[in-house]
Amino acid sequence: MELAEDKMPSNPHPQSRREAISRLIGLGALGTATAGLGIWLRDRSRRPEQPAAGSLHKDFSVPPDPSLPEMVVARAEDPRALVRKALDPLGGIRRFISAGETVVVKPNIGWDRTAEQAANTNPQVVAEVVKLCREAGAARVIVTDVSINEARRVYQRSGIAEAARSEGAEVILPEERGFREVDLRGDVLTTWPVLEPFLIADKIINVPVAKHHSLTGVTLGMKNWYGILGGQRHRLHQRIHESLADLAEFMRPTLTIIDAFRVLIRNGPSGGSLGDVELRRTLIAGTDPVALDAYAAQAFWDLDSGRLHYLRIAEEKHLGTRDLQKVRTKVIEDGQG
Amino acid sequence: MARGEMGMNQQKLQKVRLASQVLFFALFVFLLLKSEFRGSFKTVQGDIRLPYPVSIFLEADPLAAVVNALSSHALYRGLLWSLIILIPTFFLGRFFCGWVCPLGSLNHFFGSLKSERKRGRQRLESNRYRPWQKLKYYVLAALLVAALFGSLLAGLMDPIALTVRSLALGVLPGVNYALNSILDTLYGTQVAPLKFAANAVHFLVRGTLLSFRQPYFRQGLILGLVFASIMILNLRITRFWCRALCPLGALLGAVSRWSILGLEKRRESCTDCNRCEIDCQGGDDPMPGAPWRKAECHLCFNCVGHCPEAGIRFRFFPERTETVEIPELQRRRLVASLATGAVLVPILRSTPGFATARDPRLIRPPGALDEDSFLARCIRCGECMKVCPNNALQPTWLEAGLEGMWSPVLVPRIGYCEPTCVLCSQVCPTGAIWEIAQSEKLGQSQEGGSGAPIRIGTAFYDRGRCLPWAMARECIVCEEWCPTSPKAIYLLPAEVIDSSGETRQVRQPYVDPEKCIGCGACEYACPVQNQPAIYVTSIGETRSRVNQFILSRERPRS
Repeated sequence: MELAEDKMPSNPHPQSRREAISRLIGLGALGTATAGLGIWLRDRSRRPEQPAAGSLHKDFSVPPDPSLPEMVVARAEDPRALVRKALDPLGGIRRFISAGETVVVKPNIGWDRTAEQAANTNPQVVAEVVKLCREAGAARVIVTDVSINEARRVYQRSGIAEAARSEGAEVILPEERGFREVDLRGDVLTTWPVLEPFLIADKIINVPVAKHHSLTGVTLGMKNWYGILGGQRHRLHQRIHESLADLAEFMRPTLTIIDAFRVLIRNGPSGGSLGDVELRRTLIAGTDPVALDAYAAQAFWDLDSGRLHYLRIAEEKHLGTRDLQKVRTKVIEDGQG
Repeated sequence: MARGEMGMNQQKLQKVRLASQVLFFALFVFLLLKSEFRGSFKTVQGDIRLPYPVSIFLEADPLAAVVNALSSHALYRGLLWSLIILIPTFFLGRFFCGWVCPLGSLNHFFGSLKSERKRGRQRLESNRYRPWQKLKYYVLAALLVAALFGSLLAGLMDPIALTVRSLALGVLPGVNYALNSILDTLYGTQVAPLKFAANAVHFLVRGTLLSFRQPYFRQGLILGLVFASIMILNLRITRFWCRALCPLGALLGAVSRWSILGLEKRRESCTDCNRCEIDCQGGDDPMPGAPWRKAECHLCFNCVGHCPEAGIRFRFFPERTETVEIPELQRRRLVASLATGAVLVPILRSTPGFATARDPRLIRPPGALDEDSFLARCIRCGECMKVCPNNALQPTWLEAGLEGMWSPVLVPRIGYCEPTCVLCSQVCPTGAIWEIAQSEKLGQSQEGGSGAPIRIGTAFYDRGRCLPWAMARECIVCEEWCPTSPKAIYLLPAEVIDSSGETRQVRQPYVDPEKCIGCGACEYACPVQNQPAIYVTSIGETRSRVNQFILSRERPRS
């Protein structure tokens, strides 16, 4: 086959000395550059290590006020009214939320169950908390949780997504992209992926639902922090009490509101049958997470807080007090307030 | 205007056809992307369903309807839609292949790419009718007989099922991965404009092209390679798949023998320029001087579009002097292919794998019919796998035998069956997974009483790997996840001795086979990551009368 003149390979024999020298210089430069690149790359060689985890430790709580109760137990017919009723004695939402803040509301949005089945936080309670935060001037109110069942179904089925959005919340589904590795600096919990909104918040309101659980007996406020984690969190159950205390130490909420409007009294934490649910029309709100869990365990399961090992550890870590005698408590019965 | 002359200028028909192809392909891809559960913020008490009729292309597929009618002696739900393709084909011919079929349009596109193998005379030659184009009729004959004997092998080659399966399981997951990688790289940079671009792209593709979570499919590579091969063959011979292999094309070709639309050749106006051959899709010899092969023509109208002399025209009730109306099949070969279809089924089914020693991990989705009826209906389109929100449904390889290849199997390690989800039964076009409601799946009757839930298998412990059983550690994750109420997994306190000789209290889990539904949530959640300490096998599945082991399971309370 004959090649056209312009497609012929360039003549390897240089025509002149000048050409030969310039080509040698060019090749020398290319060789040097290649060697330089090689040496530079070799110097870069390191044994690969996991990227260092950030360690964001933030206390979201507000300063204590000795003139106000630390815990309020309220009962009412309507879940929305209940929220206001429980928060007013604590100083109202404005004690906790200031204008322009980013607030993360953390309900339990774990299971593909309806509101009546009480495996998730009551959507009306969540909606009312969102509404109050908006009224207090919060710039962003984010509602999010790392679901246990398939998140898209859970957010829809629980009714929380719709209720929260209707009050102006940003509902964020846990996407693979949405986690950041964080060193929790706990006794048993080290580096875990944490859902991003929990790391960027100014204030965090924990809104768990009171449920039975076969390992800890109950799942209340502190157990709700499971839902900030991604990854293989099923390993936590092996040292559940230490894990819960670690999480509680990492997450110090502004406010905790335990939803006990409907209580999943057995077969928790997933439930599924209305026969497992008791209508208690109660809300427990407060600033001492340990006291709140201790109170709820006592009130709904007659469980002494001494039998909840995680609460004992949490108390040792000075996260709150189990001794309900020492907690400034206000109880508002139905019809009062 | 002469008798039966088509009113429209035939030069323009090409463009109308192209518009139709683009439109139908866009609709096909749109519905495929919508075959994914995306959730909504609207609270739903009852069944959660997809808002679009995502399997409409499969339901309108005449081959799927015919083989299903042969194997199940009935037409399931939407398969009646196939008539809107089949009946016009009686009158017009294979318009579906040239105007509608998404695989046809893809082949058309790849066939029109420049190729060294198709230049000058070679190109004209490659578009001439070839006797091997009859192969598809023999394939069809074998598949129809197999369907008559109760096996839906046709699904492996049905063009719609093949396209849905290949794109959904083999191509789109890769697209999703690539998109995520690009976005992650952009997010990872410190350059502000790039981050902005990433945000903009993310905003555009999330909820449409991007899946909520990265899907993973077994067989994805093989399915993708099969598809790529079909596309690449177009570079040698335009629409090789459609001309030589497609059983739906064969079916439509066969039923178009009486169609009234045809090509009329006018020898006197022809200058033998051969332009009609250049872009011929079907390989049906439109030029004067050779017989026009009616059953091969896709009605793409490229021939009349390219003809400068009006030497050929499409007409209703044309003169048939130069037409071969039906594919000229050889009787012996036809008998041989019918026989192949007939012996294939007994050969495939007289194996222990089919009858007595079925793969214990062949967990079919809830609503799936008993294996015989299932294989008589499943066309392996992959819709159920695409729609499964937990990515739990995967294409089989040999778990269901060679016959059941690429049918759905639930793999709990990848994802469990969401207890209230019935999406796979909603999208199944053929009723292999019969449409069920959530209440039926959960065993709740309309009156609010409870009956037996649909079981897809039963869970078993591997006590050698289970933490409380073998390693003196607490762990109740399986029990926590168990969705039945009361729970099928129960815990009993036990004293175990750890390595230091100390006695420890743990709770050890057990399965109650009366309550277990085989959803696989326990296996999915088991923290023993690689090989779980609890696993589900298909035994006890509701759909089978023989795959049972408990003498009497709880009877439904009425």
